[in-house]
Amino acid sequence: MQFAKLVLRNALRHKLRTALTVLGLVVAIASFGLLQTVVGAWYAGAESAAPTRLVTRNAVSLVFPLPLGYRDKIRSVDGVRSVSYANWFAGIYQDPKNFFPQLAVEPRTYFDMYRDYLVPADDFAAFLRDRKGAVIGRKLADTHRLKVGDVMPLRGTIYPGTWEFTIRAIYDGAEQKTDTSQMFFHWDYLNETVKKRGRGRADQVGIYLVDVTDADRAAEVSQAIDALFRNSLAETLTETERAFQIGFVKQTEALVVAIRIVSYVVIAIILAVMANTMAMTARERLAEYATLKALGFSPAFVAALIFGESLAIAAVGAAAGIALTFPVGDWFAQRVGTLIPVFEVSAQTVALQALCALAVGVAAAIIPGRRAARVRIVEGLRAVG
Amino acid sequence: MHAAERPAPALIRIRNLAKSYRRGGQVVPVLTDITLDVRAGDFLGLMGPSGSGKSTLLNLIAGIDKPDAGEILFDGVDITRLGERELADWRAGTVGFVFQFYNLMPVLTAYENVELPLTLTRLSRRERRAHVEAALALVGLSERMAHYPAELSGGQQQRVAIARAIISDPRLIVADEPTGDLDRHSAAEVLALMDRLNTDLGKTIVMVTHDRRAAERAHAIMYLDKGELSTAADVHERSVR
Amino acid sequence: MPVPVAYSLRNLWARKLTTVLTAGGMALVVFVFAAVLMLDAGLRATLVATGQPDNILVTRRSSGTEIQSGVDRAQAAIVESQPEIALGPGGAPVVSKEVVVLIAQPKRGTGVPTNVTVRGVGAAGLALRPQVRVVAGRMFRPGTAEIVVGRSIAERFEGTGLGERIRFGGREWTVVGAFDAGGSAFDSELWGDGEQMMQAFRRQVFSSVAARLADPGQFDALRARLEADPRLTLDVKRERSFYEEQSQAMSNFISYLGVTLSVIFSVGAMIGAMITMYAAVANRTAEIGALRALGFRRGAILAAFLAEALFLALLGWAVGIAFAAAMQAVQISTMNWQSFSELAFRFTLTREIVVKSLLFALAMGFVGGFLPAVRAARLRIVDALRAA
Repeated sequence: MQFAKLVLRNALRHKLRTALTVLGLVVAIASFGLLQTVVGAWYAGAESAAPTRLVTRNAVSLVFPLPLGYRDKIRSVDGVRSVSYANWFAGIYQDPKNFFPQLAVEPRTYFDMYRDYLVPADDFAAFLRDRKGAVIGRKLADTHRLKVGDVMPLRGTIYPGTWEFTIRAIYDGAEQKTDTSQMFFHWDYLNETVKKRGRGRADQVGIYLVDVTDADRAAEVSQAIDALFRNSLAETLTETERAFQIGFVKQTEALVVAIRIVSYVVIAIILAVMANTMAMTARERLAEYATLKALGFSPAFVAALIFGESLAIAAVGAAAGIALTFPVGDWFAQRVGTLIPVFEVSAQTVALQALCALAVGVAAAIIPGRRAARVRIVEGLRAVG
Repeated sequence: MHAAERPAPALIRIRNLAKSYRRGGQVVPVLTDITLDVRAGDFLGLMGPSGSGKSTLLNLIAGIDKPDAGEILFDGVDITRLGERELADWRAGTVGFVFQFYNLMPVLTAYENVELPLTLTRLSRRERRAHVEAALALVGLSERMAHYPAELSGGQQQRVAIARAIISDPRLIVADEPTGDLDRHSAAEVLALMDRLNTDLGKTIVMVTHDRRAAERAHAIMYLDKGELSTAADVHERSVR
Repeated sequence: MPVPVAYSLRNLWARKLTTVLTAGGMALVVFVFAAVLMLDAGLRATLVATGQPDNILVTRRSSGTEIQSGVDRAQAAIVESQPEIALGPGGAPVVSKEVVVLIAQPKRGTGVPTNVTVRGVGAAGLALRPQVRVVAGRMFRPGTAEIVVGRSIAERFEGTGLGERIRFGGREWTVVGAFDAGGSAFDSELWGDGEQMMQAFRRQVFSSVAARLADPGQFDALRARLEADPRLTLDVKRERSFYEEQSQAMSNFISYLGVTLSVIFSVGAMIGAMITMYAAVANRTAEIGALRALGFRRGAILAAFLAEALFLALLGWAVGIAFAAAMQAVQISTMNWQSFSELAFRFTLTREIVVKSLLFALAMGFVGGFLPAVRAARLRIVDALRAA
């Protein structure tokens, strides 16, 4: 009891100093959490990928399409449950900075595969009836204040010209981490229009999405598909959707790594601040620590006082910092809109924040704690006043 | 030497004690070959000019400093040979400290400060309470239990420190200039208390002071000068002159 | 009468641990601040170096990148015949009709397939890019399946070593040389013969047309005429601005994120400085009283403590910028979101960054030291002396 009392009252002795240190911790822990969440968002696509889903693309690179004719050949491969296909549209909505994914898909098979996109049945039927219709995600709708019935004009980059789509449905995510920043429309509409303009890009598919009956057979089916088209004009590369998504992330890995390093730099900064606070505190109280030792308290007790104080300050800072992460995260997610499709502070991030705070609390007390524990009583007593 | 020649059983037997400090590469001798006995129940005053080594001697007796040579036998145990941990336990059970600047924990109340040494014992909360209240009553501060040191006068703080010094019922009380920071009136109160500890409770006291009035309370006075214990004189004799 | 500078400096020296920790926190902030600006500067330097001032680049309207663009032969011929285009020694226009595609090539060591830009260049392709120099082997011969690799690509990807073969577009290509493109984006590309690539990829259209203007001043006239031509749906840009736009998103991301982070992180460092300076004032209250009693004015006390905080910041800046300068040895390679292709660039320290980070550090010191210095200056002499 006496110990806890000493620790707490000591911590509150220099109110301004403690308050400033806690403030620093709050800022550091919260920004660490946000940065970790940004890094997590990078991997969100890969994490929500179903294990039974494969992506087949042109072996040269994604820029090269595959013939529509491959659809039936892939479907005939043993172990394939269903096949859908999609083209990356890369249109610009109002301004290039309003980035969000737009995919021309074969709607029935596509939405049958992606069961975590929840579309109201009536709206979906309306979408199927309208060849210029589109389905957009909740987050996209919220970001640009769009509703069912609105017309969305897109300026094509791969497919020239201005394209107008009517929003027929808005889908919600089955889970928090479902990406609801996307837009889908009819592949047939895209294809017909391209055909009409006669540019030789008709009947070309960006990627095939393949659902396998059994996740254990994913590797075997991938090989079978690629074997089918070996030595053809468009050789394929089939991998799990997860591997496909990670492939994207890997290419921007340098930035992910940089953000990760930077997130630990802020912890290092606050460690320096915190260690300084504890060092000054311990130096000012050397006489008290010497007195305690003279009274018969062990060096360990004295060190524990400093560690306790450091940990108490770290705990308060961490708690406030973690609590602050959520509202700030929400605000940030709203600001960046569809640029970061899924922005969710994970339990793992919170645990990491707590762990870092603990590490800062312990590390900051090491030097002052050792100094106080080792101080010779006679010298410590001389430090009075 | 005069004191050493007495054959009476001594609580503290100091033999050939030497201590020097290193200051800027130079070795400065502080104590050279001190031999001294303190009997149980003694109230010994240590006097001498500043830098004479009187505080050093006190620190050595109290077991918060280590000598370079010689031995200090406390009730037959040579405390200079004890390890850090044993010495801490020995201090907790045997020595009560009174410092010039009181050295109370500013974040603890008077009550909590006095209770502090008892947290090292196995006493229950209730037993501790009884002890602490009795000690504070003895020093006349029952009304001030809930006050923090900053809310007390210097004399009151020193009385709290005295209550803390006796709380674990130590056999030896060491006091380093206990009146050095006090006005005349408070000093007199504190000295009266020290006297009572010695006469009523039978505590052995070693007190460093350069205050002649303080020294008058002691039964015997030793003079330290240039690291050597010179003469012991009877206080009453001097005061009569 | 100011308090001697040595007073402030010696006080920092006296509290070494505190000084090191406080300046260390500031150094980390300065490091992040400078490193981010250096990254952005490196990215810009790479892309600016890519574009020649008198070159233009023609792509399909709104395509944004060469990968997504398509310019058919008829359109390319119209561009080629414009009078503003410079003529080469043989009287032929200095024009390169190029095909640009991405291939996914595994990185050596990790095996991670990464998008690499392959550029098939036309006859004047090399003349248009004087910054490109062959540093190993030789240039590819037109009309053959030979390729040369950029400095940032060579050796880092499988099959990019001299004499090795890469398979794409249904055939094998032999690497016959490596080139240095002066730190430009071309350093991250594979180059080969344009017509050969058109055949290999079975393309009917070029990706872009690069050309040199006889007189850079005629750019506006040329662009106005080409963009008004109903037969063409093309964007005409100066090569330099085209590449600048290529990096816009990433440059914005880096500088926006970086500056935001630096500002947030600086809060931590300023708090550190504030704690240190408040403690300095508290510990030296009696000293301040003595200085005031000696006749130093409040302003002098304020200046002395502020100077101490600024020296701390200066120390933090020196350490931070030294580490940042060491980052110049590091090359970053990442996918450019706008072109989806690998782009390598370096941390580049400019004088502007050195000055900016110095001002940033001094601002941190000033903000952190101001309130404590005010407290020191406002102490009453008698109260301060009594604290002894």
